[in-house]
Amino acid sequence: MRKIVGLLLIFGFGFYLVTIIGPVVFPSSTGEKASVGVEVLKNEVAEVGAANTVTSVVVLYRGFDTLGEVTVLFLAALGLTLLMKGEKHLQAKLFDESFILKTGSYLLFPFMILFGMYIIVHGHLTPGGGFPGGVIIATGYFIIVMTSDVVRLREGLVSFLEGLAGLTFIGLGLVGLFKPADSFLFNFLSKGTFNTLLSAGIIPFIYAAIGIKVGSELTGAVGNMFFSPYGRQKDA
Amino acid sequence: MMQYLFLLLVLIMLGSAVSIIFIKDLLSAVIVVTVVSLVASILFLFIAAPDVAITEASIGAALTTVIFVIAISRTRKKIDKQD
Repeated sequence: MRKIVGLLLIFGFGFYLVTIIGPVVFPSSTGEKASVGVEVLKNEVAEVGAANTVTSVVVLYRGFDTLGEVTVLFLAALGLTLLMKGEKHLQAKLFDESFILKTGSYLLFPFMILFGMYIIVHGHLTPGGGFPGGVIIATGYFIIVMTSDVVRLREGLVSFLEGLAGLTFIGLGLVGLFKPADSFLFNFLSKGTFNTLLSAGIIPFIYAAIGIKVGSELTGAVGNMFFSPYGRQKDA
Repeated sequence: MMQYLFLLLVLIMLGSAVSIIFIKDLLSAVIVVTVVSLVASILFLFIAAPDVAITEASIGAALTTVIFVIAISRTRKKIDKQD
């Protein structure tokens, strides 16, 4: 019975996928598209000045939505931490690491952190931004903590960074209220030169704040899960 | 040519999605979920959505797998009995 329900759900999803994505790849005669995108593409460079239009939509046009998204992520990480956190962490390692895994993770770790930072900093120029960059940093932390006996989670630092980044996001949004245009998340800085690192006003700063927030939040969640005293321990 | 590649990727994605519900070992099922996510991110790249592709690859393929693997290690490896 459960398998039949699962199969039905998967076929429904497949049908949905074919009907939604199909017309984009196999164009039909009636090329009907949403019209908001056309307007945004036409006015974005003059209004915001970010080389990556998606970022300008995510951070400025739909900035309030992003604030809600960050809040949802925060609540999910908080729930995970409340569920898994306990007193006696340190002996609760999950698996014995092999030599290849250990060497590979030591080799990979700095590059993963660097790549995550690159993606966060260049969010307004190239694809990516705060969310994927933060997730890459958290994954890098998981890879090093999986094999190393030295690296641990500094919870004080992680929660401090998270709070600071969240306050930076909201603070930058609130500064917009005092300017003539008085709207939340108003772009009060100058646009700068198009397609350089310090362009598009407050977008790089807000995306850096989002990246730090997501990265520290998910690092904390993964670390708390990994060193949790609850559940099955190693070789049990 | 591009369309057939696209069709092949969709078939891989659907096939692995169907196979998930028949796999008994939970760890293998999680790896197949990762395959679905990875193929989805390639598809997003093909329809000119690199932002969504990079997010799907990092969240769907990496972080979800990490969290599932930790959760499975903390609980049981297999489903005991089918009800």
